[in-house]
Amino acid sequence: MGNFDFYEDFKKDAEKNGYFLNEDIEFVKALLESIKVNIDRYGYANCPCRLASGDKKKDLDMICPCNYRDMDLSDYGACFCALYVSEDVLNGKIKLNSIPDRRMEELAKNKKEVPINSNELGKLKVPIWNCKVCGYLCGKEKPPLKCPICKADSDRFEQIL
Amino acid sequence: MNLDHVNGSDKGNVVLFALSTCQWCRKTRALLDELDVAYDFTYVDLTSGEERDEVVKELTKWNPQLSFPTIVINNTKVITGFKEDEIRETFS
Repeated sequence: MGNFDFYEDFKKDAEKNGYFLNEDIEFVKALLESIKVNIDRYGYANCPCRLASGDKKKDLDMICPCNYRDMDLSDYGACFCALYVSEDVLNGKIKLNSIPDRRMEELAKNKKEVPINSNELGKLKVPIWNCKVCGYLCGKEKPPLKCPICKADSDRFEQIL
Repeated sequence: MNLDHVNGSDKGNVVLFALSTCQWCRKTRALLDELDVAYDFTYVDLTSGEERDEVVKELTKWNPQLSFPTIVINNTKVITGFKEDEIRETFS
């Protein structure tokens, strides 16, 4: 997961993984400080712009980087906090605006989701795990301890097949 | 619900639901100060127990997405998010 301690390291990590930070450095630094406040307060990097319950299991989806970052970058050019922005925002092609929080909607949607019957796809030798942060898929008995792509912890994985 | 008051000109009953860690909330407060708006606010992340339940229930009534910042004006109008133009228009 991201190193929230130092702006330069955090930025480097983000860019190595194909993400861009808001060009307002003071804004980003303040967000990193707030994430650190949440780590001290809750023991995990809860999104500073969303209300934590204090129960990690209930808040997994909004641990930074949250499950909604990629969707919001695609739809609005920024994550909900505007910590991460798209290239178009960075280049000034899109203006950065306040965006709606999709969390409640997505949680409601996930509740309704019907799991795919694996019989329909033939018998799988191993379960398929999905990293809910970056979408990495792997076929293994258990998910990796850390996502090899985005370095998210194993508890961000969901078995999808 | 415990609210903190910020002095300014009376532009109606203005209540801000915010998080102490949220940068958009900070921008919203700075804008309300700039526009000299008197308002009450609560940092919902700093509440706990029964008070938390009460605040969340009240906020959900105005904004079911439970997102921050949320401004409620005169118990009727709601502005969710740091919508600078809308906030300026409302209070100017």
